[in-house]
Amino acid sequence: MLLPFFQWLESLWLGQFIVSSNWLFPVIESVHLLALAVLGGAILVVDMRLLGLGLKNHAVTQIAREARPWLVGALVVMIATGVPLFLSEAVKCYYSQAFWNKMTALALGLVFTFTVRARATETESVRHTARRQAVVGALSLALWFTVAASGRWIGFS
Amino acid sequence: MSLLAFCEWLAATGGSIALHESMYMYPLVESTHVLALTVFVGLAVILDLRLLGLVLRTVPVTDITDRLLPWTKGGFAVMVVTGILLFYAIPVRTYQSIWFRAKVVMLILAGINVWVFNNRVFLRVDEWKLDITTPKGARRAGLFSLILWGGIIVAGRFIAYNWFDCDIQPQSAFVNWAAGCVVPPPTP
Repeated sequence: MLLPFFQWLESLWLGQFIVSSNWLFPVIESVHLLALAVLGGAILVVDMRLLGLGLKNHAVTQIAREARPWLVGALVVMIATGVPLFLSEAVKCYYSQAFWNKMTALALGLVFTFTVRARATETESVRHTARRQAVVGALSLALWFTVAASGRWIGFS
Repeated sequence: MSLLAFCEWLAATGGSIALHESMYMYPLVESTHVLALTVFVGLAVILDLRLLGLVLRTVPVTDITDRLLPWTKGGFAVMVVTGILLFYAIPVRTYQSIWFRAKVVMLILAGINVWVFNNRVFLRVDEWKLDITTPKGARRAGLFSLILWGGIIVAGRFIAYNWFDCDIQPQSAFVNWAAGCVVPPPTP
């Protein structure tokens, strides 16, 4: 049922324009990778803090607030480059288990980050909240790791 | 023994062939290389942006170098080990890749950048660790680092593409020179 939709997506001009070029896919992919590095830093510095690692002598609230524009900015670039990459090989993605794993983890990761994790970084970690915050940090790392790892795996299938 | 001969010898070793032909090991090593990027470059970017006064402005620079840099170094170690394995799996083609060569040049420049930072402006870090606008030398180091690691990521990704491979001829004289291609002289 979804396959005709994916075939239609791939037939759109943007995907076809990328397919017709030798350079566009690798260039867009490189920007996707550059944003991955920034996203990694913006997520890690906060999740590590939630886990009681890294900048543990500074407030969670402060680190999260400072990291947030870089997190959002990197996500915007990831999506803005990821969508054209997808459009250029939508049918391949349809048949790729890694792609569906990535999209599932991505949806969960986005919802988790802007609800549960956002709330967990609004309160300062004191004794009775620290364990809960550590769980949030670990879950966030696990979700985003799954997104990145299955994303890389799309290329191998 | 020339470097090319060394790479040819390396490519003929059992381990290189096994890794090159493995179904899962090579993708696994490459995935680790890419994912460790988020730890290494991601955390390096945090320090660079702090030096540029763009993130964690109220955190002293020394807190970042004391508490985040060990993780950055750990990520770097993973990058180096997996990177060497990736080279080991495909030595000759990688050695003759202009992207790989550009990457090595930028890696050396990035190393020099760290060395200069550590031996100049960072020696006086206690004087400016609280500043949002850090000294010029620190800002320059942060900016160079961002540019160089960005370039290293792009060049590294492009190694996978064969546009300028030696076995795809004719290439321009510049590409053949930069990639160290062994091209037979044109037959008249």
